[in-house]
Amino acid sequence: MTANLLEIRDLRKSYGPVEVLKGVDCDVRAGEVISIIGSSGSGKTTILRCVNMLEEFEGGTIRIDGEEIGYSTAGGQRKRKAEKEIARQRALTGMAFQQFNLFPHMTALENVTLGLTLVRRMGREEARALGETWLDRVGLLQRKDYYPAKLSGGQQQRVAIARAIAMSPRLMLFDEVTSALDPELVAEVLQVVRSLADDGMTMLLVTHEMRFAYEVSSRVIFMNGGRIGEEGNPREMFAAPKTERLAAFLQSSRFN
Amino acid sequence: MTPPLSFFEIVWLARWPLLYGLGTTVAISALAILGGTVLGTGLGLALTYGNRAMRGIARVYTDVIRGTPVLVLVLASFYILGTVGLDLSAFQAGVLALTLFCASHVGEITRGALQTLHKGQTEAAKAIGLTFGQTFRYVLGPQALRLALPPLINTAAEMVKASTLLSVIGVAELLLRTQEVISRAFHSLEFYLLAGLLYFLVNFAIERLGRYVERRVSLA
Repeated sequence: MTANLLEIRDLRKSYGPVEVLKGVDCDVRAGEVISIIGSSGSGKTTILRCVNMLEEFEGGTIRIDGEEIGYSTAGGQRKRKAEKEIARQRALTGMAFQQFNLFPHMTALENVTLGLTLVRRMGREEARALGETWLDRVGLLQRKDYYPAKLSGGQQQRVAIARAIAMSPRLMLFDEVTSALDPELVAEVLQVVRSLADDGMTMLLVTHEMRFAYEVSSRVIFMNGGRIGEEGNPREMFAAPKTERLAAFLQSSRFN
Repeated sequence: MTPPLSFFEIVWLARWPLLYGLGTTVAISALAILGGTVLGTGLGLALTYGNRAMRGIARVYTDVIRGTPVLVLVLASFYILGTVGLDLSAFQAGVLALTLFCASHVGEITRGALQTLHKGQTEAAKAIGLTFGQTFRYVLGPQALRLALPPLINTAAEMVKASTLLSVIGVAELLLRTQEVISRAFHSLEFYLLAGLLYFLVNFAIERLGRYVERRVSLA
């Protein structure tokens, strides 16, 4: 039996009185590609944001390689870990955002190397070489000295993915990485994600691209009202949804 | 009887007190701007990222200080601090007052600039594992500085002008030196114009320097 890379147990999260995650359990083994689908407000993105502690959560545990993320529990007392420790744990995962969030005052290459020098403590030359390798991998080596403002949305998102993946995270989190893109730029970004999946990168992706989720995922999780509504192999799930909610959701989704 | 001295001859005779005054004005302004920037950046951080208590304290500080006339601050720091045992020279008291005033403005400017930045910037920095200090230094700070530069330059120029108020507590800066020269040599109109020109030159230099830095850090 292989140990789980990511283990989420009874994850609970509220914004004030609104409970957005009502006890989510999820195990991810190394190399799995898991798509999280569902209508907006169902808690998809919140799961990703809890995994790398961009959101606090009130209940449950998240473990990566057995290490508890964000909080420690001792003698029944749950305590948020120290900021430095949380920063270290965040680097276990890489995240790509819907809005790219590149640093506008840095070139494409500088965006990628910042974490390598500061967090991975690489020398300037080593970081540069690795940064160029990854920019090449996403097809943007020629654009390495461009500032984000001079890049298209699709190019910015590819740089953002390179920035995350260059840190060699254990797990990649993709948060609706194509939702802010013009339709003709979606394919180039999905192509990059797909090639990472083919490489065996473990990933958790929140997406509205149903066809992509269908093609690339080893497993799909359908979120419904803060809980996992249904989960399984995409072929079976999409062909024969067990719940009415999933059936309705798939009906209203575009498959292009 | 010797012919009366021309204005320029008097200026030449009075060059040392005037230059000394100009130097004092520049020193006061530089110290206040420097101290105010350091303190103000801290205030801006507290206003933006501090917990409730820190935000509260920083908010009261900036609102009270910004709402008080600079002259009142100058007089208070010279006359009141003495009564509580903090014996400062007029120069020190004046610089302290201007520093506190400057800090309140820089604090507001810093807060405004930081709050303009998209929160995705902080999140992206966190996501690659940067600590808060690193995030501020490499990601937020440089972007905030670009936004804050024009109002910061404006504040620096305001500090030079506010330094004239230190003449009231007897600090021999440019305005007081000018008045002393006038009291001996008359030509008040010309000397005030000369002082005005010198103040203008100092602020012009600040403005040019600011423009230069703006160009250097601009992304275009």
